Amino acid sequence: MKEVLADIDRWRAAGQRVAMARVVDVAGSGPRDPGATMVVNEAGEVAGSVSGGCVEAAVVAEALAVLCGERERGIISFGFSDEDAYAVGLTCGGTVRLFVEPLDW
Amino acid sequence: MPIYDLLRDALRAERPIALATVVDGTNVGAKLLVEPGVPVLGSLGNADLDRVVARDALGELEAGLTSIRHYGPHGEAKSDGVAVFMESFAPPPHMVIFGAVDFTAALARVAKVLGYRVTVCDARTVFATVARFPMADEVVSEWPDRYLARVGESLGPRDAVCVLTHDLKFDVPAIVGALRTRVGYLGAMGSRDTHARRLIRLADEDLDGDSLDRVMAPIGLDIGSRTPEETAVAVCAEIIALRTGHIGTGSLRDGTGSIH
Repeated sequence: MKEVLADIDRWRAAGQRVAMARVVDVAGSGPRDPGATMVVNEAGEVAGSVSGGCVEAAVVAEALAVLCGERERGIISFGFSDEDAYAVGLTCGGTVRLFVEPLDW
Repeated sequence: MPIYDLLRDALRAERPIALATVVDGTNVGAKLLVEPGVPVLGSLGNADLDRVVARDALGELEAGLTSIRHYGPHGEAKSDGVAVFMESFAPPPHMVIFGAVDFTAALARVAKVLGYRVTVCDARTVFATVARFPMADEVVSEWPDRYLARVGESLGPRDAVCVLTHDLKFDVPAIVGALRTRVGYLGAMGSRDTHARRLIRLADEDLDGDSLDRVMAPIGLDIGSRTPEETAVAVCAEIIALRTGHIGTGSLRDGTGSIH
């Protein structure tokens, strides 16, 4: 999370709301460990990362949906082994679960 | 002050702190901020759950672990009503390099890339200068045994001590001092002959049974390093391999199974 603090500060100072996505669980092969953090502001600007680039675009869409109230805060899964998982998968074959929430705390 | 602001300030000050977030179950998104020696902030929605999670979060923080744990609504163990993501923010690991020699600057640079806080320590004031090691977080002119008597208590499994002096009069007190700490990695530079001579001297010291097995000497993985920079990579690779239990496993190409 430390690497995104400066971006959060800058965005908030400019009056932008921010959503945060954190890797909370990785099953099988996964590029980033739990705790990997990405933040997205209302304008769709991004800082940090949660994978090797495989799922970032889909996470931005979910983060924006959380910010505009179209989606509740909660867990989203990516990967091939999970039936509920998104079509976007990890090239390394694992499953990653992220917690996406507005930074309202 | 909001939880995020307190967390941010702790991270910037490199204070150890843990953030617990309910990610599934009742009160999704509820948070508890746990810092050693400080009252907790926030709540997961139940006082009993808060107490159990705060206790567990301190344990996770001590071990530097980040994972999901499951509890009942009142903090019951072996229950799955509430999934709590425990995120530990431990301060950066510490590398202490004894010996202000040619290899020291290269090792300090590579260690910084890996996120270590780096201290260079040498008893010889002429060599132990900030001008020679601008990349180090701290340059100390002190005898290794005195330095370790002062800060050894703070060294733990994630930290490393690298003894690069290859001069018996500095090496021996550095190794003996480091063996009295809980440091996770202890390596000593020098040829096999140098290390054999060191072992003879170390045999005279009052050390526990097989504690000398902790000393990685000659230091580093065998990747054919020659330059200080190559040697620094070999040393840091060995530190990672020892921590992950991958010593002696060679190239990924030649193995089988999952790589993460």
